[in-house]
Amino acid sequence: MVHDLYQETILDHSKRPRNCHPMDDANRKAEGYNPLCGDKLKLFLKVENDVVQDVSFVGSGCAISTASASLMTESLKGKSREEAMKLLDKFHELLTTDTPVSNDLGKLVVFCGVRDYPARVKCATLAWHTLKSALNGTATEPATTE
Amino acid sequence: MSTLSSQVSTILDVEKIRQDFPVLKQTIHDKPLVYLDSAATAQKPFAVIDAIRRFHEVDCANIHRGVHELSQRSTAAYEETRTKAKRFLNSRSKNELIFVRGTTEGINLVASSWGRKNIKEGDEIIISAMEHHSNIVPWQMLCEEKDAKLRVIPMNDRGELILEEYEKLLNPRTRLVAFAHVSNALGTINPARQMIEMAHKAGVLTLVDGAQAAPHMKIDVQALDADFYTISGHKIFGPTGIGILYGKTKLLNAMPPYQGGGDMIRTVTFEKTTYNDLPYKFEAGTPNIAGGIGLGAAFDYMHAIGIDKIAAYEHELLLYGTAALEQIPGLRLIGTAREKAAVLSFVMEGIHPHDIGTVLDRQGIAVRTGHHCAQPVMDWFHVPATTRASLAFYNTAAEIDALAAGLQKVKEVFS
Repeated sequence: MVHDLYQETILDHSKRPRNCHPMDDANRKAEGYNPLCGDKLKLFLKVENDVVQDVSFVGSGCAISTASASLMTESLKGKSREEAMKLLDKFHELLTTDTPVSNDLGKLVVFCGVRDYPARVKCATLAWHTLKSALNGTATEPATTE
Repeated sequence: MSTLSSQVSTILDVEKIRQDFPVLKQTIHDKPLVYLDSAATAQKPFAVIDAIRRFHEVDCANIHRGVHELSQRSTAAYEETRTKAKRFLNSRSKNELIFVRGTTEGINLVASSWGRKNIKEGDEIIISAMEHHSNIVPWQMLCEEKDAKLRVIPMNDRGELILEEYEKLLNPRTRLVAFAHVSNALGTINPARQMIEMAHKAGVLTLVDGAQAAPHMKIDVQALDADFYTISGHKIFGPTGIGILYGKTKLLNAMPPYQGGGDMIRTVTFEKTTYNDLPYKFEAGTPNIAGGIGLGAAFDYMHAIGIDKIAAYEHELLLYGTAALEQIPGLRLIGTAREKAAVLSFVMEGIHPHDIGTVLDRQGIAVRTGHHCAQPVMDWFHVPATTRASLAFYNTAAEIDALAAGLQKVKEVFS
C-alpha cells in the first residue's frame, strides 16, 4: 500500500527537513532541476581534503525529493568524494533494481519502496544528481533528472 | 449533494455511454479506474477503435495514388473525415481544413509558413498569459528569427484575460494574436468571438488553439470569424497523431508550403516544382491514414451524443466538482474563471501535487500533476505545479465523490 512508499522516516524528513538552509562558506555548489515536475534544489557543500565536512540544501519539491535531499545530507558528512560516489551508486541500485537491499545504505533504505513507483524514481534521485554535479565541480547548468 | 448527483445524470445516459469505452472497465490497484485526465488525452470509444481496426483489416492501402479498389476505399474513408470536420467546425469548405499531427503541428505550420513570409523586424505577435507551451514556443522561435516582439495579454486572479490590457497591446505593428479558446491548465473559456473582433478592428489576424475547447463546446469557425483554428484528434476521443488546422482559403492560398514531398505537388522536374491545390499543398507525404479514419469516427460519435448535451452535462459536473473540492480545508482551486470548462486544477496546503497524484493513483484515480506544459501559468499563481482533474462526459458525480474521498486519504497520509 501507499505507506510502503511514504514510510514514517520519509514523512518526517519531508515535513522537517534536516540541513535545510543556505551555507555562506560553501566551496562547492550546484543546482538541480526536474523539468517534469518543476522540483528545484540548491546544494551547498564544504569539502576539505577531499572530505565532505558540511552539506546543506534549499529547494522546493515533493515529499520524496525533499526527504531524499534531507537524508542525503545526513549520510554524507565525513565521507570522502569516492565514498559519496559509491553511496550514490548503491542508492541508485536500491531504487531501480530488484537486488537485495545493501547494508551500507543506513537510513537510506527507507527509500526501498520507490522501486515499485517508477514514476517517482527521479524525485528520489534529484538531490543525488545534484551532488554528483557539485562534487565534479563542472556544473555550469543545473543538474537535471532528464 | 446526492440531489445534485441525480440531477446531472438526467442530461445524458452516462452508464450507457460508459459501456462504449472499454478502457473504463478496469481496476487499478484493485480499485475501479476513475479516469480524470481527459484534458491530457481522452479515452476512445469502440466506434473509434473499430474504425481503425477495420481499416487495417479490410481497407488498408495508401491514399490519393492507386486505381485499385483498396486505395479507392481508404482514400474515400480518409477524405470523408474532412467532410465530417467541416460539419464539426462549420467551415465554408473542406478545402480549408488541413490534416496535421495535432494542435502543436497546426500552430507550427502557421508559424513556419505564414509567419516566415509575413513577419518582419519590429513586428509584434500577441499571445496570452495562459498559453500552453505549444502556443508560446513556435512564436518565440519566429520572433527570434525575425527580430520581432512577443507581447503577452495578462490575466487576473481568477485566471481570466484582462481585455482592457489586450486592447492596449493591439497597435499598428501587431500582425497576429494567438490564444487558447480554453486553457488546459485553468479551464478558462476565453471570449474568442470578442477577442477576434478586437483584433480584426485593428487589422490583425488571429489563431485560436482549440485543443481544449473542441471536446467541450460547439465550435463554429465562421461565427468566430477565426483566421486560423486548430484542434487535436486525441482530445476529442479520437486517436493520437492526427488533428485539423482550419485556415481561411485566402490566407492558405497565399502561404508557401510547410513541408515538401509527395502529395503536395502537381508537377516535379529538377528545374521547378508546381504545388498542389488546397488542402493538399500542406499535406506532404503519406499521412496518418488510420488516424484520420479514426478521427472521422470520433466526430460521428460526438455528433451522435450531441455537443450541446455534452456541454450541459459537463457544466453540471463541473459545478458539482467545484462544490465538492471547495469543502476540503486547505485546498485552493487554481483557475476560477466565471466561464469555465470541466477542469479542476488545485493545490493543497503543504502537500506537493506529485504526492497527491501518487496517493490518488493507488486508489485507482488518474489525475495529472505538474505544470501542464504551461509553466508561465504556474509562475503567475506562484505554485510549482498543480493537481488537475479534467472531466469528460463519461465521468460521473460518483467519480467526483471518489476524488473527494481520495483527497481525504491524501490528507490522512500527510497530516
